[in-house]
Amino acid sequence: MMKKSKQFWGFTILAIAIFVAIQFMISGGFLNNFYSNTLIFMAINIMLAVSLHLVIGITGQFSLGHAGFLAVGAYVSAIMTMKLDLPFFAAILIAGIAAALAGLVVGIPSLRLRGDYLAIATLGFAEIIRIIFMNMDYVGEAAGMQVTHLTTWTYTFICLFVTILVIVNFTNSRHGRACIAIRENEIAADAMGINTTYYKVLAFAIGSFFAGVAGALYAHNFYIIQPSNFGFLKSIDILIYVVLGGLGSLSGAIVATILLTIVSTFLQDYPETRMIIYSLVLIIVMLYRPKGLMGKMEFTDYLKMWMRPKGGSQHEQ
Amino acid sequence: MSNNVLLDVQSAGIQFGGLKAVSGFNMKINKGELVGLIGPNGAGKTTSFNLLTGVYVPTEGEIFFDGKKINGLPPFKVTRLGMSRTFQNIRLFDELSVLDNVKVAYHSLANDSVMSSIFRLPSYFKNEHEMENKAMEFLKIFELDKYKDETAKNLPYGKQRRLEIARALAANPDLLLLDEPAAGMNPFETKELMELIAFIRKQFGLTILLIEHDMNLVMGICERIYVLDHGVLLAEGSPEEIRNNPKVIEAYLGEEIV
Repeated sequence: MMKKSKQFWGFTILAIAIFVAIQFMISGGFLNNFYSNTLIFMAINIMLAVSLHLVIGITGQFSLGHAGFLAVGAYVSAIMTMKLDLPFFAAILIAGIAAALAGLVVGIPSLRLRGDYLAIATLGFAEIIRIIFMNMDYVGEAAGMQVTHLTTWTYTFICLFVTILVIVNFTNSRHGRACIAIRENEIAADAMGINTTYYKVLAFAIGSFFAGVAGALYAHNFYIIQPSNFGFLKSIDILIYVVLGGLGSLSGAIVATILLTIVSTFLQDYPETRMIIYSLVLIIVMLYRPKGLMGKMEFTDYLKMWMRPKGGSQHEQ
Repeated sequence: MSNNVLLDVQSAGIQFGGLKAVSGFNMKINKGELVGLIGPNGAGKTTSFNLLTGVYVPTEGEIFFDGKKINGLPPFKVTRLGMSRTFQNIRLFDELSVLDNVKVAYHSLANDSVMSSIFRLPSYFKNEHEMENKAMEFLKIFELDKYKDETAKNLPYGKQRRLEIARALAANPDLLLLDEPAAGMNPFETKELMELIAFIRKQFGLTILLIEHDMNLVMGICERIYVLDHGVLLAEGSPEEIRNNPKVIEAYLGEEIV
């Protein structure tokens, strides 16, 4: 019990330190607009990666439709602030709830499927969501919707902190263990009294909720949102973060997201070769770290290994 | 029906397309009994386990557990009613630690909500603490406590089998179904396992139904034996009766040439 709360406070202090440091750099003018925007974009990507990690890495349900929930969050929040004049934080919350509901609607029928079949079904649902927005006059059809810039570093960081905290706490509880049991062996999980459908849908809904929250920040970080921002390729981008980091590792997803966001930001200066170099990075990482950057390990696992190297002789296998 | 009957299977069966895998399967198990289910390969033993535990829905007949009709219930509900099982081909949660494997079995016995685990409310810590203590008790009985932080897939085969039984037991069953618990074990390990089964049965007041090929084990500890062949019940009786039943001898050894 003590160990768990120590971990929590360690995490909180680290988060506050990062926040204060970056806030100081932004207000002190050390970071120009370009860099602070990149940081916000990075944080949004981390939220997307971490929420998909819960679905794919923890529960083992292969979803290819995460951009669909991002779209729901983005559009719902934009409607809230632009058409209904609600405050931004309310719009963020409503966006999350709307995306979670969309997650339930998509998840309940499609989570009966497994593996490749589930991937295709979620892909289909995400496309349906995108096409609905593309044909809705209310949100500007294919031309998109004007959105005021409201996303700040503070909003983004608080949302990121809550996302990681909730997903870590969920994972390290009996509910999270049930989800991992489903990933490891669904038949055995069922035989151990776990309602597998319930937990698959629950993980999917929580993942969708945070994708929706990320969507709200995403929408208000640019001045316009268009259905084409939320296509199949966006889902693949998020999937790459999770796979490259190591399926099942939350820290891995974060590290991979930071790395890839930096790579793709710096490659913007070389538009002709950008996608080639980006793809090469992916290929090289997968060749040298086939299980992802972190495998199934977390930062805390490395810390534990690092803290007791003296008993090394007991550690051989 | 007397109150003493825990499991009552009434001419249950299942058909896959045109194939009748099991049909007209009758079985009555009283509380506290240790019953064996034997038969040649492909006789339908594991299929009948899958019928009992809800993995398959029977296409004929009815199954009563503790007086409640259970055919058609999903496996997790059957487990919660008090029937848990092991698998012929070990199905552990490979990437979870040995301790967590057992803790998963406590899942349905704990009552902290999703919200209390997300917000780390007191009920989360209380439940987690209880689960850990109880899981450790089981690991001690099965002499697995010193491997508690080991990843399950790294355990040697015999210990994986024991862990699977520990996990099934942690789900707090009245009826424990063991599917070939001694498969792949050497005679010494089998003997140890027999003693362990006898011990847990007494300790937890369990009723046990086991599938086994090792005749020493079956004849040694089972009080009653059912014999399946080609999906049909061939015989039922005490080990002595089964040993001398000509039909059973024929199914196992082939017909005698006169």
